[in-house]
Amino acid sequence: MDAIPEGCADISPSTLLICEQCDTVHRRRSLARGEVAQCARCGAVLERHHGMRIDTLLALVLAALVVFVQATLWPIVTLGLNGQQVAATLWDVIRMMWLDHSQVVAVIAAGTLYVFPLAKILSLGWLLLYARSGRRAPGFRRLMVAMHHLGPWTMSEVFVLGALVSIVKAHLYFDVIPNPGIYFYAALMFLITLFAGVDLARLWDETREDEA
Amino acid sequence: MSTLPRAAELGLIGCHVCGQVCRFAGGDGDGLACPRCGSALHRRKPASYARTWALLIAAFLMYIPANVLPIMRTASLGDVDDNTILSGVVELWVKGSPSLAVIVFCASIVVPMLKFLALGTLLVSCRRGSGWARRQRAQLYRLVELIGYWSMLDVFVVALLTALVRFGLFSLVEPLPGVVFFGLTVVLTMFASMCFDPRLIWDGQDDSDD
Repeated sequence: MDAIPEGCADISPSTLLICEQCDTVHRRRSLARGEVAQCARCGAVLERHHGMRIDTLLALVLAALVVFVQATLWPIVTLGLNGQQVAATLWDVIRMMWLDHSQVVAVIAAGTLYVFPLAKILSLGWLLLYARSGRRAPGFRRLMVAMHHLGPWTMSEVFVLGALVSIVKAHLYFDVIPNPGIYFYAALMFLITLFAGVDLARLWDETREDEA
Repeated sequence: MSTLPRAAELGLIGCHVCGQVCRFAGGDGDGLACPRCGSALHRRKPASYARTWALLIAAFLMYIPANVLPIMRTASLGDVDDNTILSGVVELWVKGSPSLAVIVFCASIVVPMLKFLALGTLLVSCRRGSGWARRQRAQLYRLVELIGYWSMLDVFVVALLTALVRFGLFSLVEPLPGVVFFGLTVVLTMFASMCFDPRLIWDGQDDSDD
C-alpha cells in the first residue's frame, strides 16, 4: 500500500483506506489473489484478497449451518460408569449450568455457543444470498453493523478445545464414548478457520442498493 | 506532517464500524453518522481511557475470587474434592496429559494475566504520550484481541463435566462460584480490550519511532 503524499486533497474518499488501528491514510490498490495489504505504520491488516468468490462463501456458510445444527442437536460424548450411561448435548450443558446455580455461565454459554454463532451464520447466509447477484439484502446495513459488533463473541472453537480437555479429564474415571456431536464440532472448527480470514467489508463495495 | 499522513491531518475520518472514509471539517466528530452504515463517527473511541480502566479494574476484582474460590466440585461415594483453576491444571498434569495441562494453564492463567499487564501497560504508556516501541505495542494489542476469548476454555470444561458426570451417589460434578467469577473476568477483559483505542498508541507528539 502506498502512503499518499502531501497535498493530495483532491483524491476521492473511495480510493483511500484508513487503518482502523492507527488512523494512517493509505491509497487503495487492487489486490491480486491471496495478497494482503498491511499498514505501513503499525502493520495491521488493511485488506485481504482471499480469492473466494461469493458463491464459494455461500456454499461454505450453508455447510457451516448444516454442521452447526447437527453439532448442537446430537450428544457430544457419552460417559459410562458401572453400566450406567450419561450423554449430553449442548442444550443439556446450558440447562445444567442454569439449574446448578451458575446462571451467569449458562447465559454466557447460550450466547457464545448457540445464539451468536447461529445469528452470524444466518445473517451471513442471508447477505451472501443477495450479494451473489450484486444486490443488498433487506436489512443489509443493520446486519453488517450487527456482524461487526458480534466480533469475538462466537466461541464454538473454544468449546471444541474444552470438550477435548473434558474428555481427557473424564477418561481418568469413566468410559468415554464419542458421539456424533463431537465430530460435527470438529468439522465446524475446520469451517470456522476457513472463514477466519474472510474480509466481509468487501460486501459494501461489491453490492449495490436496489433501485426501488 | 510525517510521510505517513493520518486521517485527522487530511481532514478525513474513518468509520470504526464499516471503514468508510468520510470527509470532515473539524472538531472531534461527535454527533455525525457514517453515510454508509449509519454508525456514529468518532475520531477516537469515546472515553477510551476511562472505560478501559473501569472494565479492567472490575475484571481484576473478579479475577481474585475466580482464582481463590474453587470452580468445580467432584463428589464420588461421599468423597468430596473441590478444585480451583490451578489445582485443576495440576491434576491434569499429574494424572492426565501434560500437554493439555499446558494449554489449560495458558488459557486460564497466562492469557488473563497477559491481558491485565498488556492493557495496563498500553493505558499508562498512551496516557503519557510515550513514543516507546509503538509498533510492538500495536502488535501486543492485536495479540490481546486475538487470543483473549480463549480464556473461556475452563468455563466450558466445567459446564461440560457438570452435564456429563451425573451418576447419582457414585459420581457427581457441580460448578462452584469460582467459575462464575472467572466467566465474568473473561467477559469484562474482552469488553476492556474492545474499549481501548489502539489509535491512541500513535497519538503522542513524538514521531521518532516511525
